Amino acid sequence: MPTDEITVNLLLKIMNNSLEVMKANEKYLTHLDAEIGDADHGINMVRGFSLVKNRLSSLTNPNIGTILNTVGMSLLESVGGAAGPLYGMFYIKGSEPTRGKTEINKKDLAALLEAGLKGIQTIGGGAVPGEKTMVDALDPAVKAVKESINNDGITFMMALEKATEAAKEGMKKTIPLIAKKGRASYLGERSIGHQDPGATSSYLLLQTMLDTLNGKIGLEVTKFGTDGSIIEEMYI
Amino acid sequence: MGQSLIGIVIVTHSQKLAEGVKELAEQMVRGKVPIACAGGVSDVIGTDATLIKRAIDEVYSEDGVLILVDFGSAVLSSRVAITLIEPEKRDKILIADAPLVEGTFVAAVEASIDKSLLEVKKAAEDSKNLKKV
Repeated sequence: MPTDEITVNLLLKIMNNSLEVMKANEKYLTHLDAEIGDADHGINMVRGFSLVKNRLSSLTNPNIGTILNTVGMSLLESVGGAAGPLYGMFYIKGSEPTRGKTEINKKDLAALLEAGLKGIQTIGGGAVPGEKTMVDALDPAVKAVKESINNDGITFMMALEKATEAAKEGMKKTIPLIAKKGRASYLGERSIGHQDPGATSSYLLLQTMLDTLNGKIGLEVTKFGTDGSIIEEMYI
Repeated sequence: MGQSLIGIVIVTHSQKLAEGVKELAEQMVRGKVPIACAGGVSDVIGTDATLIKRAIDEVYSEDGVLILVDFGSAVLSSRVAITLIEPEKRDKILIADAPLVEGTFVAAVEASIDKSLLEVKKAAEDSKNLKKV
């Protein structure tokens, strides 16, 4: 159902759903990471969000800031590859503008996504779009939400839809790129023709947020086949 | 000049590797230099910024800390770890662009003879030029 903001309960639901989405797409993410990385992105994200779910279930008096911080710290402690510090930093920095808040509105969403993106760029050698990383999905998403802030004609849900669509486009645009960062950068031209796993998981996390807020019955999970085509849409 | 207390943190994707490197360095300095390990992620291969932060806290002093890394996400995780430390301490924690084993070895030796943090870092980084064969 449409909403103007993400409440604490909705955010917890989004994080739990994120685990289900990572599980459903584990093989796909692993496949992408096997092409241009070390084939552990799928299992890393599942392990990470499993610990997230665990820690969130015992979080007392949660607010938006403490939830996001807990997500970030959990990912730091459980995700072994580069996704650990990168996503960890994303959520930890994203928690800062939302400290003590009990809901996320359009402006908060822009602030937290931007803080998260900047956090990634600070520790990740200043990655910019075009280098075949998660930034290729996140940067356009941040821009889309920021553009909507001063436009009262764009509702919260519309802003999130635009951000998710922008992330999806950014993810697809990584396919022809040469990797400039991370282990994929060692492959040089051989990285061309493969979609970046980090950009893919970033898009999936935003899509999960959107789907959860749309109140889809149970959770519709998109399962991708190894060639990127959607092979299954299932309800949990 | 008082005795330097520069601490060394060894960051690797493998817990065993970190402990092994520490063992080698200890042979040279025998406890004179605080050395802490931060290898692996809960028994699997990977790096963990929270573990690294704990290691930094363990060996931190006003003389500073030098972090030695194996590769890749060890650098990312170390950078995140530094952001988790109190702001006034961050400038005194440096990551060496050095080979893991040789860099740790050299850093420990230099720290044990009271070199400054920057001198220790430079010596560790110069170790990439040491001829082996």
